[in-house]
Amino acid sequence: MSINITLIGQIITFALLIWFVMEYVWPVLFAALEERKKKIAEGLAAAEKGQEEILLAEKKAKGLLKTAKDQSSEIVTLAQKQANEIVEESKNSAKKEGDRLILAAKAQIDQEIQQSKDTLRKQVAALAVTAAEQILTAEIDKNKHQEIVEKISSRL
Amino acid sequence: MATEAHAAEGATGYIIHHLTPLSVGEGFWTLHLDTLFFSAVLGGLFVWFFKKAADNATTEVPGLVQNFVEMMIEFVDTQVKDSFHGNSKLIAPLALTIFCWVFLFNFMDLFPIDLLPAIGSVMGIPYLRVVPSTDLNATFALSISVFCLIIFYNLKIKGLWNFSKELLFHPFNHWLLIPFNILLNFVEYLAKPISLALRLFGNLYAGELIFMLIALLPAYLQPVLSLPWAIFHILIITLQAFIFMVLTIVYLSMAHEESH
Repeated sequence: MSINITLIGQIITFALLIWFVMEYVWPVLFAALEERKKKIAEGLAAAEKGQEEILLAEKKAKGLLKTAKDQSSEIVTLAQKQANEIVEESKNSAKKEGDRLILAAKAQIDQEIQQSKDTLRKQVAALAVTAAEQILTAEIDKNKHQEIVEKISSRL
Repeated sequence: MATEAHAAEGATGYIIHHLTPLSVGEGFWTLHLDTLFFSAVLGGLFVWFFKKAADNATTEVPGLVQNFVEMMIEFVDTQVKDSFHGNSKLIAPLALTIFCWVFLFNFMDLFPIDLLPAIGSVMGIPYLRVVPSTDLNATFALSISVFCLIIFYNLKIKGLWNFSKELLFHPFNHWLLIPFNILLNFVEYLAKPISLALRLFGNLYAGELIFMLIALLPAYLQPVLSLPWAIFHILIITLQAFIFMVLTIVYLSMAHEESH
């Protein structure tokens, strides 16, 4: 149980082991570990970023949806307004047209009345003349009394 | 010692036989072949295993071996980062080597105590001490190397001037107390390698001795005692390796820090 040259042998072995581990083992394994750590961190960061992007997209979609809804309701309101206007307008125009038609019909009726009055008057006149003629044929000359008949008929 | 072992018989002879290393040479020039052989084999095993893992290292999903090795690396790295705040390429690999190598040294203790010596004696090897950490040469080789590194880093980081100043004026900053400081620092520095080496040696030597004593008991008693002791020993061998590593890191980080 004494210290002897074995000690030196052991120190040499120890030094060789340390050298080998330092040179060929530790850096390689440590680099691999660091690399994996980096990869994992990157993956996590990417996942987080993705989630953030999803949130952002959702927000954006919500915004878009809201604008679209607003716009559509606006459009609907506008359309309703326009439709109301159109209905009102058509009502007005229909009323106007009706009034016009009524007026025209009235005018026509008046005219026709006038015409039939004229015709009737003429016929009455003619009848009267005929009657008078027949009455007078026996009594007076036709030419002599023509003037008087016309004067009367024009007064009718 | 060898002659004594031949002379003694019975229990004492058994124990002495187990504690006698296979050696060549005389006096200081004695080589403990078993210590050298087993520590080299265990060191080779460690290096081979880790080198293989390093060669196959990927950044993809790791396999079983890589997972284990990475766990060790992370474990050692955490220990180093916890107590060492400098920047050194050496200290982490050094800590890993110490932990694994010492653990493998100690692990030899868990082999049945007579197995390897019996195989050895069949092959014509008279003495075989399989646990390198029960050899003071092995533990002192580690601690003296660490001590040299402590001195080296003290000189490298602080410079000869500051290091000497620290030895002379620390902990008592007065010129009258210089001799006292020198004595104190001398003891402090010397205590480091000695305590490192003797703690490991003592624990494992005692553990081995208890295995031997159990082996001397009647056969029906042996499993009842050696099983709990072996299970307890799993804790001890890991703990001793861990302590050696952590103390090494702490000593080296102290060497890196500027004096107060």
